[in-house]
Amino acid sequence: MPMKMIWGFFKGTLVLVAKGSKAYYVWVVTLLCFMGIGFLAYLYQLQHGLIVTAMRDQVSWGFYISNFTFLVGVAAAAVLLVIPAYVYHWKPLKEVAVLGEMLAVSAMVMCLLFVTVDIGRPDRFWHLIPKFGILNFPQSLLAWDVVVLNVYLVLNLTIAVYILYNLYHKREPNKSFTTPLLLFSIPAAVSIHTVTAFLYNGLAARPFWNASILAPRFLASAFCSGPALMIILFQVIRKYTRIEIKNEAIFKVAELIAYSMFINLFLLGAEVFKEFYSNTVHLAPLQYLLEGLKGHNDLVPYIWTAMIFNVSAFFLFLIPQTRENYVTLNIGCVLIIIGVYIEKGMGLVIPGLVPDTLGEIYEYSPTGVEILLTMGIWATGLFVYTLLLRVAVPILTGEFFVGEDGRTAVIVDTEFIRRADHLAEQSYRD
Amino acid sequence: MKGVAAVLGAMALPAKDAPASVWESFFQKNFRELSPEDLKGVLARLEKEYSEKYKKAVTVRATPPVEGILYGYGLDLSRCIGCRRCVYACVGENNQSRDPQIHWIRVLQLNKERGVDLEDAEQYYNPSKVPEKGHFYMPVQCQQCEHPPCVKVCPVQATWKERDGITVVDYNWCIGCRYCMAACPYGARHFNWKKPGLPPAEMNPETHYLGNRPRPVGVVEKCTFCIQRVRNTPGRYPACVEICPVGARKFGNLLDPESEMRYIIENKRVFILKEDLNTRPKFYYFYAT
Repeated sequence: MPMKMIWGFFKGTLVLVAKGSKAYYVWVVTLLCFMGIGFLAYLYQLQHGLIVTAMRDQVSWGFYISNFTFLVGVAAAAVLLVIPAYVYHWKPLKEVAVLGEMLAVSAMVMCLLFVTVDIGRPDRFWHLIPKFGILNFPQSLLAWDVVVLNVYLVLNLTIAVYILYNLYHKREPNKSFTTPLLLFSIPAAVSIHTVTAFLYNGLAARPFWNASILAPRFLASAFCSGPALMIILFQVIRKYTRIEIKNEAIFKVAELIAYSMFINLFLLGAEVFKEFYSNTVHLAPLQYLLEGLKGHNDLVPYIWTAMIFNVSAFFLFLIPQTRENYVTLNIGCVLIIIGVYIEKGMGLVIPGLVPDTLGEIYEYSPTGVEILLTMGIWATGLFVYTLLLRVAVPILTGEFFVGEDGRTAVIVDTEFIRRADHLAEQSYRD
Repeated sequence: MKGVAAVLGAMALPAKDAPASVWESFFQKNFRELSPEDLKGVLARLEKEYSEKYKKAVTVRATPPVEGILYGYGLDLSRCIGCRRCVYACVGENNQSRDPQIHWIRVLQLNKERGVDLEDAEQYYNPSKVPEKGHFYMPVQCQQCEHPPCVKVCPVQATWKERDGITVVDYNWCIGCRYCMAACPYGARHFNWKKPGLPPAEMNPETHYLGNRPRPVGVVEKCTFCIQRVRNTPGRYPACVEICPVGARKFGNLLDPESEMRYIIENKRVFILKEDLNTRPKFYYFYAT
């Protein structure tokens, strides 16, 4: 009997993802195209080796690992939004939690894909699986990362699926099951980002990373980019679906971003002061990043763009008038997402490797293959998030539920992404 | 989504009609977990594979460490003239890729005024004659650390330090994540970004499993003090020591009080590279004159 119920639910979700408005189809097909291009780029890379990237012995990690690092932050922060949702008693708590967890799942999928495309021997991935291979735990921080990222992925998927499956059956999710898991997901979110920071932090060979302030900086910047992404997603979701998210919640998130950004900038300032004032041989990477070194300054325009964006966004979110105005709020979100993407991506990974350990400067800039593959993985992440939302939203709004017989799924919502006027008419009627 | 990752992984897997040896190599265990019979089989398989590929009789040995030996290396900065003969002797001996070029030894040209200042180092110096006035030369290769950071970080234990102090890589176990390259303070680790280009005519057929046997694409490699030479009885000097025209390179057993290495450490002005990192290299730079 339960098998049949689960099968009914599963079949319902399949029908659901295949149904939607024109806008939904256009969106999904566009993503599929990018995924296809990315896949071809990966085949090309598999055939020729990682030589098709701009990575070399001097800069042995590049764009893929930069994206990975940024996305770990997004995954962590999306879930941490559950804390303010609890503290401030936002009305759609379940919704905030489920949307955040699904973003975390999608970001985790992207993280795992970025690592997969970066390794030289993906055919040997099984060497990482304990029993079959050898996972060098607890010695290697990369082994830690493999563990925590996978636990985090499973954890978030479990919570979200459990809540949704119960709502689908018109039952309140059992709090004694969800609350401990939700509470556990908070330290888990902190730990994935901390472990990822430690992965860099533990390398004495790389002074730019070997600074104790790195993990706190990671968390602070993640608390900026993750919530900024959520603010935009919240607005899109409430505009095109029937999920309601209060202004108050959005503005509160924006306020939290302002504080996080302050801490982020403060920690960065502390690092910059220490390196420039003490002026040791360890200054070179920071100099390369901020001013260029011996005429090599590829990263300089990017990092200053990031700085200007982050500082501007900080003020936009600090001042109540601009924080509570949707035009300036959204500008601030975009500035932060781009700013942190640069700062926590290429701005973090590349100066760790340049100049290299013997003082050589190799200027890295991703190749077309790297960019296409990266776009493909981002499209995959958005695709996953879209499909998850496609199922979650109708459940949350009561438009996808189990029928009288307890098995067959009832689907009321056949459009998903609706026109705003259509929606307005409906809410007026409600 | 893990499914997708698995499918992507599968794209790189051997094809269905691949010969049995391909599957054997796919499922091969970590070197240190191979039983003596397994190891025999692996070595035989590799010898057959390489002999066919390079059209000559290739031997792949797995000679274990000699008891009572801890290898140490000395480099006399007062003698080195920066001729790079060591670089190319190493490439020839150890079957490094010629296209793209992989060099396990990199020679830094430094200014006498600035001393050992790596930020000021030039690797790509190319005058018609060396040494150049006002400069001195510092070759850098794997320092065979007693506390190797590269070993600590490897997520699958594909690299480790042997009893005789040599840090080795199992090219059949490495997943190519390159974490060790980020961890190495000496730039000693090199990655096969592309299928190594090794012309059969130039291939050295005397190989060691953990050393100079041909490498596949997508794995990391490094200097092993010519493990295929030094572990033989009688042992031979590493190729770089042998070729050096000015006798700047010394090699010996650190556990033998009578060895040349011990004499150098006890009587010459010696330093090790990046001492503050506590990697404890067994590679000693010194000034004999």
